[in-house]
Amino acid sequence: MVTTFLEKESTDQILQSTVPFQMENILKVNNLEIFYGEKRAVNGISLDIEKNAITALIGPSGCGKSTFLRSINRMNDLIPEARAEGQILYEDLNILSEQIDVVALRKEIGMVFQKPNPFPKSIYENITHALKFSGIKKKSQLDEIVEESLIKAALWDEVKDRLHKSALSLSGGQQQRLCIARTIAMKPVIMLLDEPSSALDPISNAKVEELIIDLKKDYSIIIVTHNMQQASRISDKTAFFFKGDLIEYDSTEKIFTNPSVKKTEEYISGRFG
Amino acid sequence: MKSKTADRIATGVFIAIAIIIISILVGLFSYILINGFKYISWDFLTTPSSNIRAGGGIRDQLFNSFYILLITMIIAIPLGIGGGIYMAEYAKPGKVTDIIRSCVEVLSSLPSIVIGMFGLLVFVNTTGWGYTILGGALALTVFNLPVIVRVSEDAILAVPRELKEASLALGITRWHTIKTVILPSAFPSILTGIILAAGRVFGEAAALLFTAGLSTPRLDYANWNPFSPQSPLNIFRPAETLAVHIWSVNTQGLIPDVEEVSNGSAAVLVISVLLFNLLARWIGSLITKKITATK
Amino acid sequence: MEKLAPAKDRLVKSKQNWVDGELRGKILVLLCAVIMITATISITIFLGTKGLQSFIKNGVSLIEFITSTKWNPTNQANPEYGVLPFIFGSFAVTFLAAIIAAPLGIGGAIFMTEIAPSWGRKILQPVIELLVGIPSVVYGFIGLTVLVPFIREHVGGLGFSLLSGMIVLSIMILPTITTIATDAISSLPKSLREGSYALGATRWQTIRKVLIPAALPSLLTAIVLGMARAFGEALAVQMVIGNVRNLPTSILDASATLTTIITLNMGHTTYGSVENNTLWSMGLILLVMSFAFILLIRYLSSRRKL
Repeated sequence: MVTTFLEKESTDQILQSTVPFQMENILKVNNLEIFYGEKRAVNGISLDIEKNAITALIGPSGCGKSTFLRSINRMNDLIPEARAEGQILYEDLNILSEQIDVVALRKEIGMVFQKPNPFPKSIYENITHALKFSGIKKKSQLDEIVEESLIKAALWDEVKDRLHKSALSLSGGQQQRLCIARTIAMKPVIMLLDEPSSALDPISNAKVEELIIDLKKDYSIIIVTHNMQQASRISDKTAFFFKGDLIEYDSTEKIFTNPSVKKTEEYISGRFG
Repeated sequence: MKSKTADRIATGVFIAIAIIIISILVGLFSYILINGFKYISWDFLTTPSSNIRAGGGIRDQLFNSFYILLITMIIAIPLGIGGGIYMAEYAKPGKVTDIIRSCVEVLSSLPSIVIGMFGLLVFVNTTGWGYTILGGALALTVFNLPVIVRVSEDAILAVPRELKEASLALGITRWHTIKTVILPSAFPSILTGIILAAGRVFGEAAALLFTAGLSTPRLDYANWNPFSPQSPLNIFRPAETLAVHIWSVNTQGLIPDVEEVSNGSAAVLVISVLLFNLLARWIGSLITKKITATK
Repeated sequence: MEKLAPAKDRLVKSKQNWVDGELRGKILVLLCAVIMITATISITIFLGTKGLQSFIKNGVSLIEFITSTKWNPTNQANPEYGVLPFIFGSFAVTFLAAIIAAPLGIGGAIFMTEIAPSWGRKILQPVIELLVGIPSVVYGFIGLTVLVPFIREHVGGLGFSLLSGMIVLSIMILPTITTIATDAISSLPKSLREGSYALGATRWQTIRKVLIPAALPSLLTAIVLGMARAFGEALAVQMVIGNVRNLPTSILDASATLTTIITLNMGHTTYGSVENNTLWSMGLILLVMSFAFILLIRYLSSRRKL
C-alpha cells in the first residue's frame, strides 16, 4: 500500500487510490458535511468503509467522530437543528436522502451506545421487543433468536437461567453485551458502536472487545473510541478526526506505527487530546 | 448591633408565618374531621338524601361524585396524554406550538364557573340534553385537560433520551417507540399527576352547578341498564355530586339538619381528597424506590 | 431479514409503511392537540357572542352596565342593569385577599428556602399541598359556620361581609402564592446569597436587599396567579359574602361579586331573558379578566428573563 500524505483538500482523491479495489466496501462517504444550526461539526469528509472489517474512529472530544457515526443510521434526525450534506452511499443508495425509510435503514445499520441502555423490561423482552415489532410472533422462533443472539454476544451462559428477570439487574458489562445482543438479533449488516466500553470496568471491557472481534466475521463494524489501545487492538482500519476534519485514514497498523500526518502522530503519542 | 436585632426579629416573623400557615391547616382539618366524624355512619353513606326532612344521607351524591369522576377521566386521560405526547414528541418549536401552549395556559386559568357557563351553553342548551352526567363530565374535562397535558408532557420529557434512542436504533418506528418504551417509563409519573388531578375534580362544584345540575332522580341500584332513567349508570341523567350537595343544602336547602349533613359530607369529601393525595404520594415514593433500587 | 432484494426496494420509503407505522399515531395525537385549540376557541366564541347579546339584542347600554351602581333587573317598569357594585366587589375581595395572602405566602416561601430549608420544607410542603386539596365548597362551608358567626359576634355587622370573603379567599390562594414563590426563591443562583453573606450582611439584609429584589418578577407572578384564582372563585365567596346589590361602604358590609351573582341567579332566571343575558355578560367580564391576568403574567415573565 502506498503511503500518502493526507491533506484535507485532497482527501477525496487520495483515499480512493489507497483503498485496494479487491476489498469490497460497504459504505462510501462522499464529501459529508454535518451542521448543527450554523455550526459545522463535520467538514466535508470522504472515506470508504470496508465490509466485514472493524473501522475505528478516533480523535479528541468534539472532533466530529460521534456525529459522523450517528449520521450513518440517521440518529442525528432526532436533533432538530442537525443537517447533513454530501453522500453516504450504502449499496447504491444515498442514505442521507429524504427518500430513505429510516426505520428500515436502522434495521440494517444497528447501533450500540456509550452508556448501556437496556429497556426496563426483562432480558428476554429486551431482545424480542424489536423482533416482535418487525413481525416475528412465534414463541419458538423468538426463543431461538434470543438464545442465538445471547450466545453470539457471549452472555448466554451468564443469563440463561434468568431470562425473565429485569435487565436492570445485570452488571454494566452484561447490560452492554445485552444491548449488543439485541442489535445482533435484528441481523443487521453494519453495527455502529459509540464508545461501547468506555463506561465499563476493565474486565467487562475486555469481554466486550473480544466479542467485537468475534462479530467481525458476520458484520461490518464501525466503532468510535477514545481509547487508543482499544483501537489498535481490535480494528483493521483507523480514521483520525480532528476538529471536524478527517486527518488521516489508513490501516490501523500504519496509523499506529507510522502515521503520515504529524497531527496524527501527536495524538497517538498522547501529546494532546 | 442594630442589624443583628433586625435579623432576629425578621427570623421570628418568618417562623410566626410558618406557624400561622400550619395552624390554619391543622385548624381546618381538625374542625372538619372532628365535626364530621360524628355524623359519618354506614347509614349516612347509604341512605338517599332528603329535600325537606331530617336524617337524609348522601348515598346518591357519593355515587354521583365517583361516577362523574370516572366518566371525566375516561374522556380526559386519553385526550390529555395524547396532547402531552404531541407537545413532548411531535411539536416543533414554532407558531403552532406556541398557540397550543397558549391554549393550555388559557384553559388552565379559566375560572371553573366560566367553564360551567360554557358547559351550560353548549352541553346543556345547544345539545338539548339538559342537566346530565355527560355534560358535567365534559365540563370537568375542559377543566382537567390542561393539567393532564402538562403532567404527561413533563413525564415524557423526563424519560431518559438513551431509552428512546435505543428503541429507534433498533429500527422501531417513533410511534411504536412511544407506545412501548416511552409511555411505560413515563406512566408512574403520569399516574401520580392524574390521581392528584382526580382529587381536584372530585371536590369541584362550580363547574357542575349548571351542567350536571342540583338534583338526582330516584335511583334504582338494581337497574344496570344504562339507558333507563332510573339507572345510576345512565349518563344522560342529572346528578348532584357531594361537593355540589354541600353548597346547595347550605344556600338553598330546606332540611333542618343542614349542619349535620354538611359536616358529614365535608368530612367525606376531605377524606376522599386526602386518600387521593396519599395514594399519589405512595405511588410517587414507590417509583423513587424502584429507580434508586436499580441504579 | 431478507437482504437479497435490491437496496432500493428495502430502504426507500413506502407509503404503506409510513401510514401504518407513523402517520396514524401522529394524526391521533395531533387530534388531541386540535381538540384543545378547538375548546379554547369555542369557549371564547360561545361566551363572547352570548355575553354580548344583552348589549346587542336587548339594548342594555354598555356604559350603564359597567358604570351604574343600580342593579334592579326584576323591576317590570324600569329595570336597571348596573353591575358596578359586583365588579367592585370582585376587585375588592381579590385585592384584599392578595394583601393578606401575599406576605403570608412569600413569608412561608422564605421560611422554607432560607430559614429552615431542611426540616421547615419537610413540614410546610405537605401542609401547602393539603391546603390545595381542600375543595372550595369546604372552605365556603367552614367560612359560613365558623367565620361568619365569629365576625358577627366579635367584630360587628352581619358577619356576611367583604371581610369574610377576603379571609376565605386569602386562605384559598395562599398555597398558589407559596408554591410559586418557593420555586422562584430557591431557583435563585447560590452565588447571590454567598456574595451577600461574604460582605457581612445578615440573613434578613440578604433576604430584603438581594433575594427579594432578584426574585421580584416571579414573586409578582405568584401574586397575580393567586389573584386570578381569587377573582374567578365562586362558591366559597358566595357562601360568606352576603350577596347584596349595594356598593359596600365598609369592610364589614355585605357585598356581592360577579361570580356570586352568576352562581345565584343563573338557575332561576329564564334562559334568553334580559336578566339572564346580563349574567352572561358578567361571565364575559370574567373571561376577559382571565385573559388580562394571563397577559399580565406573560409580561412579568418576560421581565424575568432580562
